[in-house]
Amino acid sequence: MESLSVRRKALAAAFPQTIPILTGFGFLGLTYGVYMNLSGFPFWYPMLMALVIFGGSLEFVAVELLLSPFAPVTYFCMGLMIQARHLFYGIAMLDKYKGLGWKKLYLIFGLCDETFSINCSATVPQGVDAGWFYFFVTLLDQSYWVISAALGGLLGNLLTFNTQGLDFVMTAMFVVILLEQLLKEDRHYTALIGGGASLLCLLLFGPDSFLIPTMVCVLGLLTLLRGPIEPTLKGGETA
Amino acid sequence: MTLSQQTFTVGLCALATMLTRFLPFLLFSGKKPTPRYVAYLGSALPAAIFAMLVVYCLRNVSLFTGSHGLPEAIAIALTAGLHLWKRQMLLSIAGGTVCYMLLIQLVF
Repeated sequence: MESLSVRRKALAAAFPQTIPILTGFGFLGLTYGVYMNLSGFPFWYPMLMALVIFGGSLEFVAVELLLSPFAPVTYFCMGLMIQARHLFYGIAMLDKYKGLGWKKLYLIFGLCDETFSINCSATVPQGVDAGWFYFFVTLLDQSYWVISAALGGLLGNLLTFNTQGLDFVMTAMFVVILLEQLLKEDRHYTALIGGGASLLCLLLFGPDSFLIPTMVCVLGLLTLLRGPIEPTLKGGETA
Repeated sequence: MTLSQQTFTVGLCALATMLTRFLPFLLFSGKKPTPRYVAYLGSALPAAIFAMLVVYCLRNVSLFTGSHGLPEAIAIALTAGLHLWKRQMLLSIAGGTVCYMLLIQLVF
């Protein structure tokens, strides 16, 4: 019974944090399912892909791959490049996900952009078990994605309501999370490095291939400037 | 593609994703303490990543054609303004999104 109330408390704390993602994933997942449906796939394709890949941008690309000639090595390398940013998420979550037992496996499996942002930035309320909190954020987020992808695949182009611009909910969420981070710290060196490197690389490499050069620049700058940056970070805490 | 080739392709996409998610934990967890350099990266990275994700969301906005990124700029300013005023995450996100939808559906 003890453990049941621990879980219920964590779920109650996790759910409100995921509401923007419910909106964003609800919309994007539907779009993804409809796209697969219109590309000629039955609904269980988007559903299963949402379940096992669980990485939005790669899933959209995978639709095209499935319709192209079979080229496994190329596809695997593409997958690695598109998903490389997750390496950063792992490094940032090493501490928070430490010692969480079997839950940790699922937490790492489900570490997408949105789940990372919530679990990395949210303050777990007092008296709530952090492991279960992270677990429910991850589980809720993936459920939204899988269910809406399956729904989109079932409904196909029956959906006609005007949702143009709804995907901005994800941008707005990242803006708010960035702002919260900026309000929390005294010096903004690393945000400036991340933003500056992204803008510069976007300009140089274009929207489809700027993430990896950005990551290299960020790593390089953080390494070179470790001396001045390290003392400005709050010791021990990831945020 | 045949069904088995499709299954293999989806499997590879999943494998590539999982490799990028699990690798840091495989390299730096367990018995040994995390090297100090990696721990430093762990605490320096989040702010850099959040800034990168905002740019990533806006990567297809063109400043020189179409609406010149104005709806995005206005909606982000409103999101940030609302957030600085009320500090209510959901309110800021909802306000910014509704503003953006109205702008691109009715104005631009």
